[in-house]
Amino acid sequence: MRICGIETEYGIADPARPQANPILMSSRLVEACRTWAGEHTARWDYGGEDPLQDQRGHRRARAQAHPDMLTDAPEFDGQAGGVSLRKRRGSWEDPAHLNAVLSNGARFYVDHAHPEYSGPEVTNARDAVLWDAAGDAIALAAARQYTETEGLPLALYKNNVDGKGASYGTHENFLIRRDVDFEQLATWLTPHLVTRQVMTGAGRVGLGQRGEHDGFQISQRADYMEAEVGLETTLRRPIINTRDEPHADRSQWRRLHVIIGDANCFEVPTLLKMGTTALVLSAIEAGDERLDSLVLADPVPAVHTVSHDLSLRASVPLASGESATALEIQRALLAICREYAADAADHTVLAHWERVLDALARDPFSAAKDVEWVAKLQLLGRLRERHATVHPDGTQELVEWADARLAALDLQWSRLGDGWAAKLLAAGQVTRLTDDSAVASAVARAPRDTRAAVRARLIALRPELVDAAGWSSVVIDRPTAHGELEVVHLDDPHASSHPVIDALASPRPTGAV
Amino acid sequence: MPQTHASGQPYEDDAPEPAVAPAKAENTDALDSLLDEIDDSLQVNAEQFVRSFVQKGGQ
Repeated sequence: MRICGIETEYGIADPARPQANPILMSSRLVEACRTWAGEHTARWDYGGEDPLQDQRGHRRARAQAHPDMLTDAPEFDGQAGGVSLRKRRGSWEDPAHLNAVLSNGARFYVDHAHPEYSGPEVTNARDAVLWDAAGDAIALAAARQYTETEGLPLALYKNNVDGKGASYGTHENFLIRRDVDFEQLATWLTPHLVTRQVMTGAGRVGLGQRGEHDGFQISQRADYMEAEVGLETTLRRPIINTRDEPHADRSQWRRLHVIIGDANCFEVPTLLKMGTTALVLSAIEAGDERLDSLVLADPVPAVHTVSHDLSLRASVPLASGESATALEIQRALLAICREYAADAADHTVLAHWERVLDALARDPFSAAKDVEWVAKLQLLGRLRERHATVHPDGTQELVEWADARLAALDLQWSRLGDGWAAKLLAAGQVTRLTDDSAVASAVARAPRDTRAAVRARLIALRPELVDAAGWSSVVIDRPTAHGELEVVHLDDPHASSHPVIDALASPRPTGAV
Repeated sequence: MPQTHASGQPYEDDAPEPAVAPAKAENTDALDSLLDEIDDSLQVNAEQFVRSFVQKGGQ
């Protein structure tokens, strides 16, 4: 059990108008998402994403809050998050930064020039997969609403590159203990982030950031990793990102922001991406010194080496002076992480981890139903064979990697709804961990075991009371004697209830307005 | 030093990338009909599609 979540920036395009402005389209898409959600949506609370930083300067503890606010929560225990008052300001929203906080606890909004879905906080990788699939369903529903409202087609892509040099991210977030030395964490986690791509890569046609060289590689993001550790996310991207916004009690927690990962259309890679990384973090928190033997000598070139090696046989140098393949490093991490499995969800991750590593070691193509880059490579290979040139001497020349049909297949692979990955899934060629009814439920409802449940409860049941919501706050707007907005602070991501919000969200007494 | 999978590798040393695996019977039909659909779609507009797929950078 470890609080985690996934953020996905979708590629966006109007198939009929390639020059259409992506910021405007993204903004209209978020507006369409709000229309689709009906009344069950809220604005984003920009009032302060980290209340413990006290950026607003007037936070009060619950004990000091106005008595008017206490009437709905007679059972308040004094330990839960505090409530503070905020003066009313105008309700203007920047149209280029529209947000929709949804009844499943997620945030759908405009980030840079892309629509982004930030899933709700979950406690395990299985739930991460489910609410990630819910995000795709929500994005598709918003796109349908957009087409209905605007009268224009819209296509969304769950990938990370356009093949012309642009990359956009799919980020993972993990709550980790603040007392773990960050430099040690970076050193020990890096070998995992560098080598897990053999299981989690989505595959990419083109080598180099702009696809300067022809060919196929395992990961979408690998060629954009240019530093070992750093703060940036849009330039000189690091393997380990140091952004430090915990959205939780800063004295206890850090939020590790992982930017190296690919967007996945397959569910097994998403499960492994989240689940294996969470387990390695547990080993790091426990100070497991066996991780020392896996430390890489030169991580940035190693990311590229692993991604470009379709044989899975390339070795990368270790700090110890020895070398190891990605599969060997993964196998060693699996052995270490077995000791840190704490619940059924962790054991599910271990089982898939072992199964996929076994398949990749035996014959990568035997993992085609689970590993996205392998499935993509298989389909591309079949296309290359189909249109191969047969010479008079009987020899066969496969379609060149530079052929536009291969690049098009790669890009169209991840299109939401009717992309080739979706069609492969529909044809029964992809392992599925969720099912339609579970996804439909996750579209409408939040996970029950994190603070997302609190945020979502009010949006689902009493949306008219919500002025705005953020990761660690819900702003309540209701008639009171003090006349101000009430900011309920959700500092603990593990807390799935809050007395003030639970009281407000309970069924209205008969006769109440 | 991890040495758990030094053997059983599927490819020869001089092979830079795996050849396409012989399709298994169970998925041949499914892939073939999907490839038919891909062919129909890509014969028409592959180049134009690739050229016009331009995204702004993000995070």
